[in-house]
Amino acid sequence: MKRANRIMTVLIFIFLYIPMVVLIVASFNTGKDITDFSGFTLKQYARLFQDRSLLKLLGNSLLISVLASFIATVFGTVAALGIHNLNPKMRKVAMTLTDIPMTNPDIVTGVSLSLLFVFVGTKMLGQRNSLTFWTLLIAHITFNLPYVILNVMPKLKQMDASLTDAAMDLGCTRVQAFFKVTIHEIMPGVVSGAIMAFTMSLDDFVISYFVTGPSFITLPVEIYSYTKKPIQPKIYAMFTLLFLIIFALMTAMNLTQLVSDRKKAASHLGH
Amino acid sequence: MKKNKTVFLSVPYLVWMTAFTLIPLCVVAYYALTDPVTGSFSLGNVKELSLYMPVLWRSIGYSLVSAVLCLLLGYPVAYYIAHCGHVAQKFLYMLVMLPMCMSFLLRTLAWVGLLQDTGILNNILAAIGLPRLRMIRTPGAVVLGMVYNYLPYMILPLYSTIVKIDGRLIEAAEDLGCNGIQVFSKVVLPLSVPGILSGMTMVFVPAVSTFYISQKLGGTDTVLIGDVIERQFKQGSNPNLGAALSLLLMILVFVCTGIMNRFGGSSEEGSVMV
Repeated sequence: MKRANRIMTVLIFIFLYIPMVVLIVASFNTGKDITDFSGFTLKQYARLFQDRSLLKLLGNSLLISVLASFIATVFGTVAALGIHNLNPKMRKVAMTLTDIPMTNPDIVTGVSLSLLFVFVGTKMLGQRNSLTFWTLLIAHITFNLPYVILNVMPKLKQMDASLTDAAMDLGCTRVQAFFKVTIHEIMPGVVSGAIMAFTMSLDDFVISYFVTGPSFITLPVEIYSYTKKPIQPKIYAMFTLLFLIIFALMTAMNLTQLVSDRKKAASHLGH
Repeated sequence: MKKNKTVFLSVPYLVWMTAFTLIPLCVVAYYALTDPVTGSFSLGNVKELSLYMPVLWRSIGYSLVSAVLCLLLGYPVAYYIAHCGHVAQKFLYMLVMLPMCMSFLLRTLAWVGLLQDTGILNNILAAIGLPRLRMIRTPGAVVLGMVYNYLPYMILPLYSTIVKIDGRLIEAAEDLGCNGIQVFSKVVLPLSVPGILSGMTMVFVPAVSTFYISQKLGGTDTVLIGDVIERQFKQGSNPNLGAALSLLLMILVFVCTGIMNRFGGSSEEGSVMV
């Protein structure tokens, strides 16, 4: 049984990684197409760094995901504090609102926001092009917020409420109590919410595709347009570099966590 | 009560979410019930939906098959990872998550390169003297694309539930005379139900609404509901019909997730992500 599971796991990992191997191999290919490998070259990497337009698109993607996840993290954390203290009925309302973008298919979220922006833009403000950087930012903040809320709320629930009371009895204002006590207690939730929001934003294609206009394009939206025009091989070089960066980041995060787990375990033993 | 003073902090959030989730849905309903030409109230778009029922059933069919396949393929993997050592668990979990962080558009394009008639797999077949197969633009290719893209969404919640199962329960079942299969069917499987349901939902919802996978890997006979919606908006056909189709899709998804939640009772931490 164990053996069968192991074989299955190996096969599934091969299945998950084969397309990425194909893309990485394609980035070193001298041939025109992904399907025929005719020789090794690094020229796609050179081209990638000469091509301002592609780097600019990556910059756009990073800009929107950093901004949206940062705003959503601050906004969502503050909101979570409020929701936590709402009466049960209103809290249910807030959580239902939070669930809407989580349950709705991305295409419905994208379509509904784009119709709203077009409706408000053209019918109420008389704009000709109502889909811009700002509509994209609003959309990203909106689908990022639930990730922050859903990560912070459990931490608030776990936190001992008397901690804040104690801080305030000792003379803290409500704001000081937040920055001196609460924030440290909920930090793991805030961080994982922010990371999730950032990755969701960076990789989002479907919602962005519907809510952005020609004035501000992100990398995934550009890649989608390769359905109509031939794909530029330097995009494989970019994929390979991003793969390496994300792999390195994830490994580093895992290692630091393992080290801190070890330390904790060791200090427990010491007691 | 002291704590009521922070309640006001939730107000901007409630306003924001109403403005950008609830009101947009009302705008969708408004467009769905409006005639594209005259702009007056009309049930024309809703009536036209019946033409798209075959497409809807096909989308549901493909995504259900994909969700079941993901479960069958993902369960052994999740089970295996959950029973590895601490370090290996962390590493394998990361390897499951990593593809989710990479562009799914490019990864799907890679499958086109693998499956197409003069693609990598067919070249391999030809090189070893076997006949070429027609793989791309078939229903199988679309299902493969769905399974490939959404399998991690199945493995991660399954792993999170399986890893929490108390080992002593399994020992107890063994002590009471269960064999391996009985332990699995009477203890492990029932306790994995929350993970199974949340995995099924997390595969089904994006699969039923996809348009990229079917555009790249499918043909004219595998058009899905997402394709039709995308076309109404982006190729300028009829946004009002697109709005009606979106509403239909949304209702379908809410009914399906509602049924799933009913099955599993109230699963509190159903949506396990990272």
